Amino acid sequence: MAAAVAPPIAPAHVEEHQGATGLNTRKLLMWAFLGSDCMFFGSLIGTYLVYRGRTAIHPLPREVFDIPYTSVSAFALLMSSLAMVLALAAIQHGDVRRLKIWLLTTAGLGLVFIGGQIYEFTTFGAEGLNLSTSIFGSTFFVLTGFHGAHVSLGIVWLLSLFMLARRGIITQERSLDVEIGGLYWHFVDIVWIILFTVVYLIPI
Amino acid sequence: MAAHPPGQTVEHAHPGAREYIIIAAILGIITAIEVAVYYVDSLRPILPPTLIALSAVKFALVVMFYMHLKFDHPIFTGMFLFGLATALFTFVGFLFLFGFVGVFH
Amino acid sequence: MATVTAPTTPARGGLIARPIAPTGVWSWLTTVDHKRIGILYGSTAFFFFLVGGIEALLMRTQLIRPDSTFLGPGEFNALFTMHGTTMIFLVVMPLSAAFFNYIVPLQIGARDVAFPRLNAFSYWVFLSGAVLMHLGFLVRSVPDVGWFAYANLTSRAFSPSGSVDFWVVGLQVLGVASMAAALNFLITIIQLRAPGMSLMRMPLFTWTTLITSILMVLAFPVVTVALVELMFDRLFGTNFFNTAQGGDPILWQHLFWVFAHPEVYILILPAMGIVSEIIPTFSRKPLFGYPFMVYAVASIAFLSFTVWAHHMFTTGLGPIAVSFFAASTMLIAVPTGVKIFNWISTVHGGALSLKTPALFALGFVGLFTIGGLSGVMHASPPVDTQQQDTYFVVAHFHYVLFGGSIFGLFGGLYYWFPKFSGRMLDETLGVWNFILMFVGFNLTFGPQHFLGVDGMPRRIFTYPPNMGWDLWNLVSTVGAYILGLAVLVLMYNVFKTLRSGERAGNDPWDGRTLEWAIASPPPHYNFATIPTVNSRDAFWAEKHPYLGTHELASNTSELAVAGNPGAEAPIPDAHDPRGAEPEHDGHGHIHMPDPSYWPLIAGLGIFVTGLGLLFSIPLVPIGLFILIASVYGWSLEPVNG
Repeated sequence: MAAAVAPPIAPAHVEEHQGATGLNTRKLLMWAFLGSDCMFFGSLIGTYLVYRGRTAIHPLPREVFDIPYTSVSAFALLMSSLAMVLALAAIQHGDVRRLKIWLLTTAGLGLVFIGGQIYEFTTFGAEGLNLSTSIFGSTFFVLTGFHGAHVSLGIVWLLSLFMLARRGIITQERSLDVEIGGLYWHFVDIVWIILFTVVYLIPI
Repeated sequence: MAAHPPGQTVEHAHPGAREYIIIAAILGIITAIEVAVYYVDSLRPILPPTLIALSAVKFALVVMFYMHLKFDHPIFTGMFLFGLATALFTFVGFLFLFGFVGVFH
Repeated sequence: MATVTAPTTPARGGLIARPIAPTGVWSWLTTVDHKRIGILYGSTAFFFFLVGGIEALLMRTQLIRPDSTFLGPGEFNALFTMHGTTMIFLVVMPLSAAFFNYIVPLQIGARDVAFPRLNAFSYWVFLSGAVLMHLGFLVRSVPDVGWFAYANLTSRAFSPSGSVDFWVVGLQVLGVASMAAALNFLITIIQLRAPGMSLMRMPLFTWTTLITSILMVLAFPVVTVALVELMFDRLFGTNFFNTAQGGDPILWQHLFWVFAHPEVYILILPAMGIVSEIIPTFSRKPLFGYPFMVYAVASIAFLSFTVWAHHMFTTGLGPIAVSFFAASTMLIAVPTGVKIFNWISTVHGGALSLKTPALFALGFVGLFTIGGLSGVMHASPPVDTQQQDTYFVVAHFHYVLFGGSIFGLFGGLYYWFPKFSGRMLDETLGVWNFILMFVGFNLTFGPQHFLGVDGMPRRIFTYPPNMGWDLWNLVSTVGAYILGLAVLVLMYNVFKTLRSGERAGNDPWDGRTLEWAIASPPPHYNFATIPTVNSRDAFWAEKHPYLGTHELASNTSELAVAGNPGAEAPIPDAHDPRGAEPEHDGHGHIHMPDPSYWPLIAGLGIFVTGLGLLFSIPLVPIGLFILIASVYGWSLEPVNG
């Protein structure tokens, strides 16, 4: 997997880099990475779309999808973006206590999403759909699985930020660290906005 | 960031908690509409473009407001949109190449 | 002399104490200095150039005559697979990376790249990928499915041995390295330019580095997905390319070429940038049409995402798709042509000095043009239908990748060798290297055009007599051996020079760009004072302030005689990057990034993960654990001093 291993937290007393553009260097790195991640998910979505409707082997999508169930977990992920942006606003105002609360909330909602996905995957497995069953099984699990892996990495990142906040390392001056984690988290959310529509809602 | 670093847009246009919550409410409502529309049989023929449009609105709201692109330096928007545009061009191209949009095969 | 304070006691507080020794093996293993990383990339790439070259010589030996039994078909398949993969990913790309690393920070007036540890990480991951890719040799299961690994030959059903897995895992790891490097260079060029160096004042090599980095960042994710899908098919029984379940092998081709076509521009643009530095320097004239050169590179990069299916004209895409890709492919020839005319126009009216770097740069222009012409032929679908999978294609891409990229990169080697090493490569040996390489190259690949048109297919291990192919195959093999000789001459030159070569000053070529303003080799901190830039060709403008940017500087012109010649030209003190007092931070010394173990350990984590995927799954979580732990160590590492 071509995930760029960008360190989430800079050492304690390095000044924030403002280069020739006057903008923050690490923030530029994150946006460049997100631009490239569009191509990563684009390829996976492209594969999914190309193979839609070509499965002859059951179970078929409409036989396993539980739209109301999935829409609840989609909603949870959407609300986690709200929690994330509230966490950022908190630390930008110097409120470490609220930062911690909202970081935990974001991670918690992310865990609800992942939990929902795990339950969904195991249910599908019990209904006879797995990675190798059919072309639908392969494309569905790889696409949503890689998204889930991105979410899981994000949860670890958020919890790491939480632990650093607890130790007093995240301060108002270092709110950029939270902002960059937040950008990654929101990206993972917008990918799901696309996936929920393309995979679950648009009928074959 | 207590001070406003050079290059950042001035903060009086910056959304606050109230605006974020309103946007979250809009996102929730749009999601509910998406699910509802899915179940309305008479809308089936126009379901794909409707859903795509609704999702696009959600996508744009999160990117512009939660990810703050609307208020940040255009270079960030440029970086992100360039990647997004390349992905869209290529993978919509795949739809044409694999016969999904009626022009070939 | 600038005062750079090295820490004498390691900083406390991280998982392990941060290293501080400036010399010795550990200093190389933990370096974050872009110059050392450049040398690491360059040496490793040269080693693999020899490996790939031997693979080529073995193939040409087999093909010297019809019905040869020197090698069998399986061995031959492994050779062309590894030769192509090695030359593309382990030679041209890392050689380009070596120059990006060493030269770009110097050209933009910076002390290092934006993310020094990420830079070191990209090298160690590159090395891991190179090793993983070659482990197949140890277990006699070498990848043998072509460098492009078309499905479904690569499926478990048709490639049951693990050979394909070495290719898949190795390339996946190399992709991580490339992404890390590309993101780093993209941000470095945006952020760390010296004051006054706007984008349109950057050296053209820096421009091509910037654009190549953008291409890498957008193209590599696509091949990552393709490789993931192939790996999942082989390891977990998914059906991405499994026709029995509705999978379509053509999807592999599309995903692969969406990556691989931009990849070929990734391979050529750095060399074009190098040539765009050498030709003006050795013509003593500014690059002709600088803005158009920039727009041309940007257009080429942009268009490179619109042409991929020209590699697939014979797969039954349908007339509309074929027409679209034919048009886009012909279009991309236009900015390329602009560049060629601009290089020629730069030389025209200049005072051309045919030193070795200039020989290689001019060789590039001629040979790349020939390769470009055969490329335009391929752009025509009916013509391509005849040429596809013949030696005509082999000739085309060797003219652009060897006559183009390698000649350009070798020119860069001769041009910047004094800067890296403080010594001048021997000029006579350099000329011999060029002549042998030029003659050998054209003898090897020129006749392959004829072989292709005469119907000789690619990737065949032997051919029957009386096809009319015997003569040109013989000539081609002789040419290949001359190429081998040329490389030996180069190696001898490098060896001799490093031991006892003539010392080089700061500016042996009367250069135009900032890297020539500082010592050869540069001090650890590059610039004592970050220069302020007022124009393009910033260093030339300082040396020859009495010349306009369009005027010719020659040793005999009135102006040159009136002013101080060449390297003794006076430089205003305020801008003098050499020998001036270093700028002080609050502690009175230049703060350079400290060395670090974590990039190496993270690279090790990735290597172990790769080993796990290839040999023993339990290693995968161990490798991932090492990687994750190293990310934490990296993030929380204290700063020395």
